[in-house]
Amino acid sequence: MKEKLKVILENASKEIKACRKPGEIESSRVKYLGKKGELTALLRGMGSLSPDERPIMGNLVNSAKEEIEALLKAQKERVMVFQKERRLKEEEIDITIPGIRFPRGKKHPLTKTLEEIKSIFLGLGFSMIEGPEVELAYYNFTALNIPEDHPARDVQDTFYINDDIVLRTHTSPDEPRVMEKTKPPIRVIIPGRVYRADDVDATHSPVFHQIEGLVVDEGITLGDLKGTFDLFVKKLYGEHMETKFRPSHFPFTEPSAEIDATCFVCNGKGCRVCKDTGWIELSGAGMTHPKVLERCGIDTSKYSGFAFGMGLDRLTMLKYGIEDMRLLFENDIRFLSQF
Amino acid sequence: MLVPVNWLKDYVDIGMDVDQLADILTMSGTKVELIQEAGEVIDRIVVGKVTEIKPHPNADKLLIGMVDVGDRVLQLVTGALNVKKGDFIPVALDGAVLPGGTEINAGRIRGEDSEGMMCSALELALDLDSLTEEKKEGIFILDGEYTPGTDIREVISLNEKVIDFEITTNRPDCLSILGIAREVGAALGVPCKMPETKFKNKKGSIKDHLKGISIREPDLCYRYLGRVIDNINIKPSPQWMQKRLIQAGMRPINNIVDITNYVMLETGQPMHAFDLEKVGGREIIVRRAGDGEKIVTLDGKERKLDTNDLIIADAKEPVGIAGVMGGEYSEITQKTRTILLETASFNGYNVRKTSKKLGLWSEASFRFVRGVYQDLAGTASERAAALMEQLGAGEVVDGVMDVYPNPPKPYYLEVEAERINKLIGISLSPQRMKDMLERLEMKVELKDRRLCITIPTFRQDIRLDYDIVEEVARLYGYDNIPKTVMTGSWVLGTRSRREKTRDRVRDVLCGCGMYEIYTYSFESPSVFDKINLPKDSALRKTVTIQNPLGEEYSIMRTTLLPSMLSVVSLNYNRGTQRAGFYEIAPRFIPREIPLKDLPDEKMTLAIGLYGGEDFYSIKGRVETLLGELNITGYDFRRIKAGPYHPGRAAEILVDGETLGIIGEVHPEVLKNYGIEVRTYAGELDFDLLMEKADSQVTYTPLPKYPSVNRDIAVIVDREVEAGTLHQIIQEAGGDIVEEIGLFDIYTGEQIPEGKKSVAYSLTLRSREKTLTEQEAGEVMQKVLKGLKNKAGAVLR
Repeated sequence: MKEKLKVILENASKEIKACRKPGEIESSRVKYLGKKGELTALLRGMGSLSPDERPIMGNLVNSAKEEIEALLKAQKERVMVFQKERRLKEEEIDITIPGIRFPRGKKHPLTKTLEEIKSIFLGLGFSMIEGPEVELAYYNFTALNIPEDHPARDVQDTFYINDDIVLRTHTSPDEPRVMEKTKPPIRVIIPGRVYRADDVDATHSPVFHQIEGLVVDEGITLGDLKGTFDLFVKKLYGEHMETKFRPSHFPFTEPSAEIDATCFVCNGKGCRVCKDTGWIELSGAGMTHPKVLERCGIDTSKYSGFAFGMGLDRLTMLKYGIEDMRLLFENDIRFLSQF
Repeated sequence: MLVPVNWLKDYVDIGMDVDQLADILTMSGTKVELIQEAGEVIDRIVVGKVTEIKPHPNADKLLIGMVDVGDRVLQLVTGALNVKKGDFIPVALDGAVLPGGTEINAGRIRGEDSEGMMCSALELALDLDSLTEEKKEGIFILDGEYTPGTDIREVISLNEKVIDFEITTNRPDCLSILGIAREVGAALGVPCKMPETKFKNKKGSIKDHLKGISIREPDLCYRYLGRVIDNINIKPSPQWMQKRLIQAGMRPINNIVDITNYVMLETGQPMHAFDLEKVGGREIIVRRAGDGEKIVTLDGKERKLDTNDLIIADAKEPVGIAGVMGGEYSEITQKTRTILLETASFNGYNVRKTSKKLGLWSEASFRFVRGVYQDLAGTASERAAALMEQLGAGEVVDGVMDVYPNPPKPYYLEVEAERINKLIGISLSPQRMKDMLERLEMKVELKDRRLCITIPTFRQDIRLDYDIVEEVARLYGYDNIPKTVMTGSWVLGTRSRREKTRDRVRDVLCGCGMYEIYTYSFESPSVFDKINLPKDSALRKTVTIQNPLGEEYSIMRTTLLPSMLSVVSLNYNRGTQRAGFYEIAPRFIPREIPLKDLPDEKMTLAIGLYGGEDFYSIKGRVETLLGELNITGYDFRRIKAGPYHPGRAAEILVDGETLGIIGEVHPEVLKNYGIEVRTYAGELDFDLLMEKADSQVTYTPLPKYPSVNRDIAVIVDREVEAGTLHQIIQEAGGDIVEEIGLFDIYTGEQIPEGKKSVAYSLTLRSREKTLTEQEAGEVMQKVLKGLKNKAGAVLR
């Protein structure tokens, strides 16, 4: 009988381990442990044993039963895992097929550049203001120390509505506008659209955009202008950027400066964009002219200020390597979608 | 301002490389635009091989040469007699550009074709000092043999340097070689020299030649100095002078005219030479022109003048327009024997007005407009006289007539050194400032820490303490000023409400798949018809530009729709199947015409969509936007408006105020823009959007009780609009109806003709309790009753 038990156990073990489906495991269970199963049959046959042998044999059969149950249980788990794995395997997909895109529009590159600039100046305590695009000649010229018949009025090709009203040629008219309304301290940036009677080509447009900055406070120095602008350029384009201030002339600043920055195409090594100078002209700037301050009722013995202006279109073109300004106003989606 | 380096060297020792000098000058405020090698501008000048030389059939002094220029043989007429068969020579082809910018074109000389020009050393602006005498004269015969057609720049070195300076309007004194020399001196700390103004022989007296000079308008003419040169010998000026004029961008004419131009370039003082025998009464009167008085100017054109124009007249009539251009009648000719040299100082504003009115600009008017300082006339006249003598152009007559009613006194200024330091952010000693200012030829006395400064008369731009600050700053070097962080008051940077709203609108619309565009603010007046705007529309009243680039850019736009449609058209016609755009920009609405005050700049949001879209997708985007801005009290009402499809347009009202219009663009309008696909567009009042937008979000507690969902489908007349049904359901159901979702509109089988089925999914919820089946049923009964009574709806 012991022999028989051994054979049953061996067969059961082989059979159970070969099961691949839950149904097969169930069949095996029935085959060995079911009412008509082999082990059950063996138990029934115990009546023919001597009373001494019975408990011994009983124990052996029970432990064989436990063993088979354990085998069944283990195999069942194995089959479950196997099945799960097979299902996952079957569900495998081609992940190189393109995804379903959610259509999203983009901001215009000019907006993107402006946003970066704005956030830097916001951090430096500048507020943002705006002014009219159709502007009084008074603010566009006279209040900025450009009297009537001054040759500087010829320099900027102005669109006239009538003798007193023009399309602003720069964002500077908002400097006297804000100074008339606000007492120092003043710290503002003024982005906006400006107009010059330039024919359209790759680098000229009759419509373009500037960003003006103005600070008026006690003790403002030319050194502060240098420090502030340098900080701005480093924040915008990176800490490695340098700035260079050259003397220049604007009627509404004195002293005046042109500000160059390290060419960010070649990092100052010299390239086509910077005409091999390593520098790119970024801004016209200077200390606010005392006549401009005084005209707005600001006491020049107490207050001083600085101002700077930049071309947003130019900054954007340099930043993204756009070579033709017309693209900015053409609005071809194949262009717009690149930013 | 073109400055030949060799000319500059006459007056200041540079002692360094030109590039290095350029850097130093740029950093001290005299900006170098570029350094030209004299040869750089030349173009289309090649080596030619002379294959034949023959006499000109119609002229003794001319020759005809057949010259091989590589790809063909040209016939060229020349006046130089030194050319032989077999010579290699420089040939300017048709369209060639010479140094100085002169263009050469093919033409006919005395009846014979000349398809270009043989060039002399001078015409190539070669450094004549380095050439032998025979090379200087006639055509420049090349040494050695070359392949015909070779670019001349590869063959000879044209290496004289010319610096191009950008002179700002405040520094008219720098529009001269001497002015630049002074700046070089100040920047390098070296002295500069003055030009030779001495002449040895004086003949007769000016009174024998000139009766008198009178200035009738001392406000317009500050000084008029006349000098007479007799026994004029007209000939070409020497080559060194011609070369310098060419390098500085002027055309040599003859010795007399060249001297006046040379002195102008050198000193900055414009001069004019009159043929004195043609000056009626031998008298000069500086006066206003009479109304309608005429003069033929040097360029051969008749100019009509009025009393705003200042003229130089003789006893009877005008001989020149003051500061602008001389008259043709008194022009220097081969026959001129005696000349009157004018060195004068005119009111720049007046010169500008006259120049602008006549459209006549000259090197002289350019300088007068910017300002020629009055003391300069004397030196310039002497310099011209010295050159006349030196060049053998004529004999200088003794004496001058100098009418100078109010010589200005040198300007005097006092500035505290502390003021200068405080504005720059440095701490220089007063003595150091004094040294710098003295390099600029200012006289400075120190009283303690106060600088007492006498400004030289050529610096008319220096009048204020700030002007001194700039001089100190630039000579100290902007580079040396430390970068500092602003001290003073703490200021908080803020964004305006408009800016915040704009940022939100951009985010939402980009999220809705739309691209932001930037278009021109001016338009053609023809766009109003193009968008089918009614003839009497107020939007046709525009702000009009007096001097537009063209009619198509002549009015400030009163609607953004045309630009939006142009962008749609461009993208559609370039093959983009579908796209959505938006723009935020002002419309310019005049308050009255003609404009007396600034127009209203109404910030506007324009949107446009095409390709696979319908009315509801533009409406949905607007609803999304309003939702994101927390604007709730809005309403869409049917509207008929010119640019839109009459059955597919809606006006949007927010709290009863018009926010704007959206709709399908009228098929006729689309045709006008070449768009062959349905397009949806609209314009919204951005400022109203901003006013109604609510950025304050308040939390509402989550519902405590569950909701009940009920679907209904009703049959109504086809004309009944969903908006009406929606309103009825809401009113009939009351607060318990939490959400009304339209999920189907159906016409066709099983639905009677002229009717439609509309299906809604309603969400019911009470704030106080869980609704029972019965309670929900009662609400639905009320809804159905309302629909039946008010819209004739039948439950399907």
